[in-house]
Amino acid sequence: MVRVTEPVIEVDGLARTFRSRKGLIRRSSKEIEAVRGVSFAVERGELFGLLGPNGAGKTTTIKMLITLLLPTGGRARVLGHDVVAQAHAVRRKVGYVFGGDRGLYERLSGLDNLRYFAELYGVPARESKQRVGELLELVGLAGREKERVEGYSRGMRQRLHIARGLLHRPEVLFLDEPSIGIDPVGARELRATVRNLVETGTTVLLTTHYMFEADELCDRIAVIARGRIVALDTPSELKQKVTTGTVLEIDVFGVPDGVVEKVRAEPDVLSVSVDVQGQAEVLTVHARPGTDVTQAVMGHLDGSRFGRVITRQPTLEDAYIELVNAA
Amino acid sequence: MRTLRLVGVAWWLQLKMRSRSAFDGLLSLLYPGFFATTIFMMFKQGDAAGPALLSAAVGSSAMGIWSAVSTTAAFALQMERRQGTLELLVLAPQPFALLLVPLTLSMATIGAYSMIATLLWGRLAFGIHLTIADPLGFLVAVVVTVFAIGMLGMLIAISSIRYRFAWALGSAIEMPVWLICGFLVAVSDLPAWVRPLSAVLSPTWGVAAMRAAANGQSPWADLGWCVLTAASYGLVAMFVSRWMVHSARAHATLALS
Repeated sequence: MVRVTEPVIEVDGLARTFRSRKGLIRRSSKEIEAVRGVSFAVERGELFGLLGPNGAGKTTTIKMLITLLLPTGGRARVLGHDVVAQAHAVRRKVGYVFGGDRGLYERLSGLDNLRYFAELYGVPARESKQRVGELLELVGLAGREKERVEGYSRGMRQRLHIARGLLHRPEVLFLDEPSIGIDPVGARELRATVRNLVETGTTVLLTTHYMFEADELCDRIAVIARGRIVALDTPSELKQKVTTGTVLEIDVFGVPDGVVEKVRAEPDVLSVSVDVQGQAEVLTVHARPGTDVTQAVMGHLDGSRFGRVITRQPTLEDAYIELVNAA
Repeated sequence: MRTLRLVGVAWWLQLKMRSRSAFDGLLSLLYPGFFATTIFMMFKQGDAAGPALLSAAVGSSAMGIWSAVSTTAAFALQMERRQGTLELLVLAPQPFALLLVPLTLSMATIGAYSMIATLLWGRLAFGIHLTIADPLGFLVAVVVTVFAIGMLGMLIAISSIRYRFAWALGSAIEMPVWLICGFLVAVSDLPAWVRPLSAVLSPTWGVAAMRAAANGQSPWADLGWCVLTAASYGLVAMFVSRWMVHSARAHATLALS
């Protein structure tokens, strides 16, 4: 007999529009479509990434899935429970961790924060002490748990967040940019913790800005831009979508006006972007497969000062930029 | 049992959190002192003595408890929103109103200190010797009043879940409640149309019970009404908070942005 397992997260045409009103006498309202009908499914034990620029709709999507926001369209189920009609059942089984300094009680110690949330999340009294101890060990805060959170570094706070999110042993963990603002060592430890969680059977939905993090951790990635999913695949498949071409990177000290448009108009150029890095601007050009646009691009930069010129294979970041720019 | 444990642990941790600010601590030292000084001076100017002075002392101490709760209860949820913990409270698989009980009770507990401060200040600064005729009844009345004020604070705080600026409500009703609940003047001296409002506010019954115990009368009937009205706030809060949380999810007001 073939056993068909139901996806842990099922999202079908999920949408959310925010309405804001202003004015006292003559009230006017404005609508912002933050999420415009996204659909995807996450399997049990999967680490699913949601990747997108600021304002793309990542956090709004997560907040609808964990029942903090009501969708204005579509439907979603988490562990078989509808996020609107069965919000209480969803809350019992999911964990939510977000990045940044907020979400903790500064005047309490790390231990007291965990004790408080253990009560709130219904961890049985006989298990609570042991569970808190286990989690402090897991996130590397054992020995520092009696210090007040206001004295914690950002990395320590983030680890405490993770411990809080795991207190009630959630089957699905939602991580909303958990590594934001953490130093590289802390971020690496965090990735190891997330990997361990997935190995022990927790399903994870992660949003991140860091491409290497998504590349290293995620089984599948959905790229979201302007409230829509523009690509959904494994990291290697996403890279494959642009690996048939090459990427040219040139450090230019002052890109002249109109050059970007001229380069973009070249027949073999797929996309162009400019990033400021220190005093230089990095001109990144994606070329069609089998073509070399170096000479053509350099021709447009005639008279400009430039440094490093390299041609390389596309990364996940290139794939992401191309997908987002095309959206 | 589980609910009691939740309220107990959360109350203790909230109390711990609130008692760790030096600035808040200083204010809670000064506030009851201001109230007590104003009231005692008013009553002394009017040549009040005996039961009238005792009534004033009880009323001013209740003012301290109420002020500690009313001005901070609604603001406390705004603080939870600012520090990003409001969403985590809503995510907890518990009735939201239940999570507010320890929060407002911790404020009322801090406010209860004003009872001791007021009585001590009256004695040290104004030479008022107060004799409590029924100490046990008085103690029970204080505990029940603290609980009742905490429950009323919870009812006020609930609106802050949905409306980001509802914290101003607590400050707006701080002083009207002093009058309506008979903290300063007897409820019987208020206009007839105000009295039904006084009757549905639990602090009215709590202060009446404290005064009765202090004067050697039975406080139990007043305490019964106090518990009944406070419990009804719990029921109302349970329904209203569900609606407020649903509305906050619809209007995206649980977070700051």
